[in-house]
Amino acid sequence: MTRLGTWVREGQIWGSIFRHGIPRDRRTRAMAILSNVFLHLHPVAIRKSGIRLSFTWCMGGLTFFLFLVEVVTGVLLMFYYRPTVEYAYFDIQGLRAHVTLGLLRELHRWGAHAMVITIWLHMLRVFLTGSYKPPREFNWSVGVILLVLTLLLSFTGYLLPWDQLAMWAITVGSNMARATPLVGSEGPGASFLQIGGVPLVHAGDDARFGLLGGTFVGPAALLRFYVLHCVFIPVVVTVLLAVHFWRIRKDGGISGPL
Amino acid sequence: MPHLLAATSMIERVKEFINAVCQPHWFMILSVLGLVIFLRFYRTLTRPAVAGPLAALGLLAFLASCMDENFAKIVTKADNVPIVMMMFAISFVIWLAFRQAAINDENIEAGRPLTEAGADDKVLVWPDLVYIELIALVLCTAFLTVWAIVLRAPLEQPADPNIAPNPAKAPWYFLGLQEMLVYFDPWLAGVVFPGLIVVGLIAIPYIDKNPRGNGYYTFKERPFAISTFLAGFLVLWVLLIIFGTFLRGPNWNFFGPYEYWDLHRPAALLNVEPRDLFWIDIMGLGIPKNFLVRELPGILLIAGYFILGPWILRGLFFRKLYQQMGFARFSIMSFLLLVMLLMPIKMALRWTLNLHYIVGITEWFLNI
Repeated sequence: MTRLGTWVREGQIWGSIFRHGIPRDRRTRAMAILSNVFLHLHPVAIRKSGIRLSFTWCMGGLTFFLFLVEVVTGVLLMFYYRPTVEYAYFDIQGLRAHVTLGLLRELHRWGAHAMVITIWLHMLRVFLTGSYKPPREFNWSVGVILLVLTLLLSFTGYLLPWDQLAMWAITVGSNMARATPLVGSEGPGASFLQIGGVPLVHAGDDARFGLLGGTFVGPAALLRFYVLHCVFIPVVVTVLLAVHFWRIRKDGGISGPL
Repeated sequence: MPHLLAATSMIERVKEFINAVCQPHWFMILSVLGLVIFLRFYRTLTRPAVAGPLAALGLLAFLASCMDENFAKIVTKADNVPIVMMMFAISFVIWLAFRQAAINDENIEAGRPLTEAGADDKVLVWPDLVYIELIALVLCTAFLTVWAIVLRAPLEQPADPNIAPNPAKAPWYFLGLQEMLVYFDPWLAGVVFPGLIVVGLIAIPYIDKNPRGNGYYTFKERPFAISTFLAGFLVLWVLLIIFGTFLRGPNWNFFGPYEYWDLHRPAALLNVEPRDLFWIDIMGLGIPKNFLVRELPGILLIAGYFILGPWILRGLFFRKLYQQMGFARFSIMSFLLLVMLLMPIKMALRWTLNLHYIVGITEWFLNI
């Protein structure tokens, strides 16, 4: 076995992928981080106090991991799910009844709830350690946007099972948009926006209409939420995650006393 | 078996008492009081010898409560389970953070180095951090898998726009906002306040000019920032979510944790408007026809609150902070703080006067 291992590690294929020896000394351990596109999100060396679990609670890392879980289970769920009023509910029912190892939806839903909790705890940790203070102000702002996007991801996904729970939760949530100042048909100021007595902002063109693609939570809303949930928001989150991680390193790594 | 009956009625009385103190006003007052006591005595309260028994007591109370049918029904509802987990997780991390803050604060007072000190004391990411991440990832996967096996994701009847459930609730993480709807109109509770929460969070690093407490746990060096954040996050966000999830039933009525969700309990009446108080009770006149004149007392109250508020805050509490922050930062900070305080103020007015709106220009949907 050892000889087989040596043979693999000394071969051309292994050597072309990992351009360093087994990470046993300082140099190769540094190389392990530097020469790997994923691992080099990290610096090579890090403050000893910064990796203690009691300091970070590991909540940022877990939030990212849960995001990856959501991506993987989400892609698999997309194989079984059609975002139309005719099929959506019965696809979910079928997923529960017929698909082997039908834990996908459970993993996806509980992972999403867990992600909301871990991102809140991450924010709490960053606040309580004062890690938003200079030079990390901008990265805190990026983090707040990521928090909002996480909630929106969860919110848009909530509609997709198309059961009573989903539809009425989104109805309650999206009714708020009707009250947006100026651009909601029942928001303050909207009644001023009219030309010759014809209102410019009404139930057929206000903020809620834009969100739902209609005046009620119907087929257009389902499709809109599906596209936002599966394509648009995840792409934006991925880009911002890159900025967030890159800025951690650029702002001096994990925080600690100056 | 008289003693058994006595014990049962004793338990019933305890439940009734808890139901009573969970009413909105007691719930909020006791929460704020709890936070104040915790922040005042965090050094004693976070000691393992004190925190341990307290945690055990809390857990015991929770488990004992689960024997109640109505309580068990609401906490084991599939989508509510994460909130129960969050309650325990937040209690734990708050203890963890303030325990370390207490140790650090004592170190600072004694002139000893911080627990996080040692900037040059570095370790290699491979293997020290990468392995921690690997273990965390494996544990998280295991936890999530067990959770997924034990608890099925909810799937109710197919969506039907003609049958509205009662109560119709937003997803749990927005229930704090839905609870705010009791006190404010949707344009505030659903649009302006969430917007200002996001703006306010982003603004934090730009208005907090306190250079201390950067990169380590402490409470003593930044009491105002931490108290304000925790009042917002714990009381006005997390506790409102818990309240909206567990204690709001049909017609968004209040139900104690051990109460049955009765569909036929009548909704609360709101009938006191400050315009009536001012024009009829104080001035002895009728209500003016013009709605701007009619709402003048309320408009003046709100305008005065936001214009005079910062000056009063500065004069009473924040002289030093004002010098540190400067005019622009202080104005933004005090505006955000006053918006945040509007919530408990409106709650208190509702509980004491049964007040509906401070400003009620229903003609423009402009109700505060």
